[in-house]
Amino acid sequence: MKATNELILAIESSCDETSVAVVRDGQTILSNIIATQINSHKRFGGVVPEVASRHHVEAILVAAQDALDEAQVTYDDLQAVAVTVGPGLVGALLIGISAAKAISFAHSLPLIPVNHMAGHIYAARLVHELTYPLMALLVSGGHTELVYLRAPGEFEIIGDTRDDAAGEAYDKIGRVLGVPYPAGKTIDAMAHEGKDTFDFPRAMLQEDNLDFSFSGLKSAFINTVHHAEQKQEALLKNDLAASFQASVIDVLVGKTIKALQQYPVKQLVVAGGVAANQGLREQLAAHLAAAGLDQVEVIFPPLRLCGDNGAMIGAAAHVALQKHEPFADLTLNADPSLSFDYAETMLS
Amino acid sequence: MQTQTAAATIALGEVLGSQLKPGDVILLNGDLGAGKTTFTKGIAQGLGIRQPIKSPTFTLIREYQRGRYPLYHMDMYRLESGGSADLGLEEYFNGDGIVVVEWSQYIQSELPATYLTIDLKKDAQNDAFRQINFTPIGSHYEKLVQQVLAAYHHE
Repeated sequence: MKATNELILAIESSCDETSVAVVRDGQTILSNIIATQINSHKRFGGVVPEVASRHHVEAILVAAQDALDEAQVTYDDLQAVAVTVGPGLVGALLIGISAAKAISFAHSLPLIPVNHMAGHIYAARLVHELTYPLMALLVSGGHTELVYLRAPGEFEIIGDTRDDAAGEAYDKIGRVLGVPYPAGKTIDAMAHEGKDTFDFPRAMLQEDNLDFSFSGLKSAFINTVHHAEQKQEALLKNDLAASFQASVIDVLVGKTIKALQQYPVKQLVVAGGVAANQGLREQLAAHLAAAGLDQVEVIFPPLRLCGDNGAMIGAAAHVALQKHEPFADLTLNADPSLSFDYAETMLS
Repeated sequence: MQTQTAAATIALGEVLGSQLKPGDVILLNGDLGAGKTTFTKGIAQGLGIRQPIKSPTFTLIREYQRGRYPLYHMDMYRLESGGSADLGLEEYFNGDGIVVVEWSQYIQSELPATYLTIDLKKDAQNDAFRQINFTPIGSHYEKLVQQVLAAYHHE
C-alpha cells in the first residue's frame, strides 16, 4: 500500500448527524458530507432514538454516494472503510455499521472499527501535525474526560466526570433558562453579555484528582432560580449564564492545568462539542500562560470539525491502520457504552 | 420518610440496593436536581458496584456489570415526546439485572405490570432536605419496602 495515497471512506452515525467522508492519509479531507437532524430533535429538547434511526436510514446511502462524488473517487480507489462502533445510541450506530459492512463486503475492503471519542481527538490531525505524548480534553454532551496519549492510538483516561457531562449541564440549565436545545452556543453568547455575580460552586477544584463534577452546580443553579421565583425576584438571565459558565470553565481549565503539570506534554487537543465554547478558548489560553505552561501548544479543531463528522473517523481509522490494528469482520456489532481504558491511578 | 443530606439519601439507596434481586424494577420520580442520580449512587453501592454512577441522560441507558447483579440505569428525560420503541426496553425489564428508571412517565406503555415507585421531592425551605416516598405495586414490592424500612430503621 502506498503510504502517500491511502483513501479511507469513513462513516459516522452515533447520534444526530449522518456523515460520510473520504480522507487521504488521515489528514486531507477530500469530502465530508454531513446530514444533520438537529431541526428534527430541537422540538424534543434532545436526540430521540427512533427519530435518529429513521433519519440515518434515509440519509446514509445518499451521503456515501455524495462523499465519493465530491472526492471524485469510486469504491475501487479506496483502501478501507471505517465506521463508528460506539459510544452512542445503539439503533443509530447500527445503521452506520450495517452500511459499512455492506460496502466492505461488496467491494472487498477492510473494515476498521473506530471509537467515536478517538475520532473527536483525531479531528485535530486534519488541521495540525500531532506530537506525542499528547493530552486531550474531551468535552461534549456525553463526555468530560482528560485523555493521555503516550503514543498514537494509545488512549488512557486520567480524569473523568463523576456525574453529569459539561455539555449536558449546559442543556439542562438551558431548559431552566428557557434556552432551546442545544443550549451551549446561546448560553456562551449570553455569558459574554453578563457578569459572574452568583458565585456558584467550583466542584472538586481543590481536590487532588483530575476528576470533574457538574451535578452540584446544576443543583445550585436550579435552587437559585427557584428561590428567586418564590420571592418573585427577577434575576438577570445573562448574569446567571455568565456565573454558570464561569464555574464550568474554572473547573475545566483548573483540572486541565493540573493534568498538564502531572503529565508533561507538548500539545493539548481540546475536542468535542463544548470545544466550540468561546469562553473556554479564551480562559484556557490565559490560564496556561499564567501557570507557566505557555510552551504547551493548544489545538482546537476548527468549529466545522468539532461536531460529529465522518472525516474525524477517517483520521482515527488512519492511525489504527498505521498501527496494524486488527480489522473487523462482518460480525461487527455496536458498542453503545464503549470507553477508553482508565489509567491505573483511577481504578484504585 | 425524610433525608436531610445527600449522604443520607445515598444511605437509604444503599439499604434498598442491598435488598434488590434480579428482575426488580425501580422507578425514580422527581424534578431536575431532586436527587434521582444521587439515590441511584446509593443503590449501586448496595449492589457492591464501585464505579462512579454517571448521568445516563445522554446515552439513555448505562450498564454496570461489576456488582452482585447487573444494574441498568435509565434516564428517559429526552423521550418527553415519545420514541422509546427503538430501545428494546422489555429485554432489560425481563433480564438478569436490576433496572432503575428516571423520568419513567415518558415510557408508561413499556413498563412491566409491577414495580416500586420512589418519589423524591425537594423541601421548599431547605435545599438539602428530601421527602422520599415509596409506592410499591404488587405484593413482591410491598414486601421489599417493608424489608427496606426495617433494615433502614435498624441501622
